[in-house]
Amino acid sequence: MNRDHDFKTPLDVAALREDFPVLDQEVRPGVPLVYLDNAATSQKPYVVIDAMNDFYTRYNANVHRGIHKLSEEATDAYEDARKRIARFVNAASHREIIYTRNTTESINLVAWTWGRTNLGPGDVVLSTEMEHHSNIVPWQMIAEQVGCEVRYVPAREDGEFDWEAFEGLLDERVKLVTVTHMSNVLGTILPVRRLADAAHAVGALFLVDGAQSAPHLPVDVQAMDADFFAFSAHKMLGPTGIGVLYGRRELLEAMPPFMGGGDMIKRVELAASQWNDLPWKFEAGTPAIAEAIGFGAAVDYLEKIGMENVHAHEVAITGYALERLAEVPGVRVLGPADPTHKGGVAAMVMDDVHPHDIAQILDHHGIAIRAGHHCAMPLHQSYNVVASARASFYLYNTFEEVDRLVEGLYAVKETLTF
Amino acid sequence: MDDMYREMILDHYRNPRKKGLLSPADIDYEEDNPVCGDHIHLTVQFDENDVVTDVGWDGEGCAISQASASLLYESLIGMSKEEIRHLDKEYILDMLGIELGPVRLKCALLSLKVLKAGAY
Repeated sequence: MNRDHDFKTPLDVAALREDFPVLDQEVRPGVPLVYLDNAATSQKPYVVIDAMNDFYTRYNANVHRGIHKLSEEATDAYEDARKRIARFVNAASHREIIYTRNTTESINLVAWTWGRTNLGPGDVVLSTEMEHHSNIVPWQMIAEQVGCEVRYVPAREDGEFDWEAFEGLLDERVKLVTVTHMSNVLGTILPVRRLADAAHAVGALFLVDGAQSAPHLPVDVQAMDADFFAFSAHKMLGPTGIGVLYGRRELLEAMPPFMGGGDMIKRVELAASQWNDLPWKFEAGTPAIAEAIGFGAAVDYLEKIGMENVHAHEVAITGYALERLAEVPGVRVLGPADPTHKGGVAAMVMDDVHPHDIAQILDHHGIAIRAGHHCAMPLHQSYNVVASARASFYLYNTFEEVDRLVEGLYAVKETLTF
Repeated sequence: MDDMYREMILDHYRNPRKKGLLSPADIDYEEDNPVCGDHIHLTVQFDENDVVTDVGWDGEGCAISQASASLLYESLIGMSKEEIRHLDKEYILDMLGIELGPVRLKCALLSLKVLKAGAY
């Protein structure tokens, strides 16, 4: 029942879908999968799976150690992926790209190294109510250790960033402004360059949680003037278990290491040790080698499609979804109403129906969404809802899948409303 | 339709039995599941032999949590405190007659958790 509409995508989605083996399946006979849980994790194209498979079948070895062919080949692939990721976010140098496990670890790295040595009583970390728990809890933990304060810019009813409230909370006591680039619930895209300028004007550093933006928007860490930018591979077609912390070189040079161990040292003596150069100073122990190589393949794939095109596709599909969801009685989508102000996310509440029941019945129709608080409990509290049902889109989602979602929601209403 | 939402469960969700709190009560206990916001408040009256004479409850949440509360609490009348002690997960699942994944199991078992925490 796909209808004529004005939303145009620049992508050949049918051709793209051929690259993603998971998408071509029925969850039960006659019920094809509709995967709309991309904000949680994305599916992986063959090029990523093949790159990792190739590493394990052809040249598996540890990196930075062995003087043998396989180890050299593994080291080259691991470091070459870093250079491609650096180019993808336009870092000035690959030495500013620290491999971590994920966005959460990247933020924790900053908290436990820069935060613990630079924050103290009287200092303020300024964040927002829109954050994922991974950009709230590490700062609460550091605040408890060093005695600093954490402030939050409140969420606005319409889901847009509250610039006035932000300015009211920003003063010279603020040492770090740490915000999400794109809310994982509302989809709100924050004005990161303006925030960077405002933070720097009071002498604060600026950290961006890019977990939701790096997969969906063109990202240029220099143009946005971020001091730190954190993101995860698995939400952008890459494997789980690998993420990145981008940091400005002089900041990373001055920060103490995060974890101690092999690979992060130049010289070890029993009394003391000397740290390795960037980026390896922050990469203790054997890293996720296959995953880094898979991440490199993922950014190559995204670059070939073009992040402008990915974003344009998502604006189109989100615009279509917002229009169609507005037709379903009793359904309200949280966050900005304008699809050009948000990422490809529609977090819904339905009158008299719990989000768990929405997700369960949609699952029966082959539609995968997420129900719950999406690791953003404070944000849900500010909206006076305990949970929401979130559909999130990516480059391989179609307008027909949005239609399936809407049909599924009608089935939910039929089943559960009295 | 999905087995999980078969008629008996939907009936208990739409028309919950024994809803409304008792006062006074021998058990008066409430608990939330903060992850999904399910909430159950239970009150129970016993006679002098520790046998349940009446129950009343209030709550909100998903169909599974509310239907399981309705089914479980309605079944308590005439049950002794000792019998309540032996109620377990299987008792709830047998009443619901469905299979549940780990996330939904928490929804279904909140009513039992509230009962046990209130009773002991």
